[in-house]
Amino acid sequence: MSTSDLNPHAPVAASDTGAASLAAPVFPARGGTRRWLARWCMPAVLPLLLLLAWDRAVAWTGTMLVPSPREVALMLWDFAFGGVYDDAFSASLAVHWWKSITRVYGAFALAALVAIPLGLVIGKNAAFRRFVDPTLQLLRPVPVTAWLPLSMIFFGVGPNAAVFLVFLGAFFPIVINTTFGVRSVDGRLFEAAAMLGCKGTSMFRQVVLPAAMPSIVNGLRLGHGISWFLIVVGEMTGVQQGLGAAIMDARMLSRTDVVIAGMVVIGLSGFVTDRLIVALNNRLLKWSPQHHV
Amino acid sequence: MSDLIKPRVPAPILDIANVSKVFDLNGRPIHALRDVNLQIQKGEFVCLIGASGCGKSTLLRIMGGFESVSTGSARLYHSAITEPGPERGMVFQDYGLFPWLTVRQNIGFGPRQRGLPQAQLKELTDHYLNMVGLTRFEAHYPSQLSGGMKQRVSIARVLANDCEVLLMDEPFGALDALTREALQKELLDIWKKTRLTVIFVTHAVEEAVLMADRVVVMTAGPGRVERDYTIPLERPRRITSPEFNQVRQELTDMLSSHVVHHARAH
Repeated sequence: MSTSDLNPHAPVAASDTGAASLAAPVFPARGGTRRWLARWCMPAVLPLLLLLAWDRAVAWTGTMLVPSPREVALMLWDFAFGGVYDDAFSASLAVHWWKSITRVYGAFALAALVAIPLGLVIGKNAAFRRFVDPTLQLLRPVPVTAWLPLSMIFFGVGPNAAVFLVFLGAFFPIVINTTFGVRSVDGRLFEAAAMLGCKGTSMFRQVVLPAAMPSIVNGLRLGHGISWFLIVVGEMTGVQQGLGAAIMDARMLSRTDVVIAGMVVIGLSGFVTDRLIVALNNRLLKWSPQHHV
Repeated sequence: MSDLIKPRVPAPILDIANVSKVFDLNGRPIHALRDVNLQIQKGEFVCLIGASGCGKSTLLRIMGGFESVSTGSARLYHSAITEPGPERGMVFQDYGLFPWLTVRQNIGFGPRQRGLPQAQLKELTDHYLNMVGLTRFEAHYPSQLSGGMKQRVSIARVLANDCEVLLMDEPFGALDALTREALQKELLDIWKKTRLTVIFVTHAVEEAVLMADRVVVMTAGPGRVERDYTIPLERPRRITSPEFNQVRQELTDMLSSHVVHHARAH
């Protein structure tokens, strides 16, 4: 077949391409600096103001119960590298942080590993959905923290109970969002894939999974937020090392500066990982402009 | 041999025999099609036309294997149509492109299912990208394309999958007039070169007269074939010619008389 007598560049083809060029955003050179400032400095303004308000509030009230930002910064340094107070907390951050990180991501990864396939099947298979979904919906409203006592019976007092809490907490948003994602796949896509010769299990990989990806990533993001929340709760009882344990110990010793330093580390860790998930999101979903974060 | 004596009638590529389709609407049966008979020869361009609710889309979906028949039979080359398959390529009005695949990957989707080697896949998709004039947009995602471009991709995608019958469900209905005109012309060019069999559902009389060898007029309540009309015009056809206008008028009268008749009957 030759294409010489085809005319893809008929007048209309030109009007067609006009619409497509809208897809690529064009940044003019002018106003670039202002755009850069808006993008990178604007988000920093509010945290800095809060820091200032905190500092002023401590100074004006003269409270001894809450340390100033400066004291917390000093504690953070000591927590990380030691050499300031040289007590039990000095230079112990790395151990606590690493313990918490491995628990959070271990449990989170496990939750994702179980919840995504389960959500895919629940979403696609109506019989299985009728079998499992009511139970899930029944368990879901129970706050995961209420599982702590049972979890300690199941897994003993110690880090495993915390890991279980994180697993459970991350599991529900991931499985529910995955199910939702699968159920809202446009039926047309299954028809199109079937017509093109896609069958059986490869339909899962080639249509269901990519089509549900926006919801899956959304579930991962929600689950991840809950993970950090729960690891601290889980580590507060009967765990020796971990950020939650450090915060709890510091509370006993009235070391508020350590408490706040721990909070800062958790906040930063969660923030960085959330950015990583967002980067993953933008990479996996670059086809979908409305899912870019 | 009897072949020498009898006039030879070629076997139809698509054979719809006494097909009825009953949908269940909250326990109430809805007759979408009743006793529909239609034979389509290889290489024919057939338009199904009729008011909404006449079952033209249902008939097309039966040919595609997306709906089953309630009674009767739908056959492609003597084998019953039971499920969708690559030999019957459907072009949907809403495109049905995979939004997470680029233009090139969408076109290559079918051949990839058959496990075509990379080099051949590249060659094949190159060919069809070029055929529909989207080579420059191979790396775009569907969300970045205009409606006309999306429909080009969905045509290229079934062509790349070696379909023998092109089933088109009001494919240009959602496009603006200029884009529609260009795509009609491109489709005719592709049909002329590939000699595919095309079944084209439309409700636009002018489109049917421009494109079709045969126009099958359907009426509603329940859906059935009212007339099978051969367009007596040479190709290429000119919309502005008096002959074209005459045929269009005839077909319009035929359609509107049924609509009036149908309205009175209820």
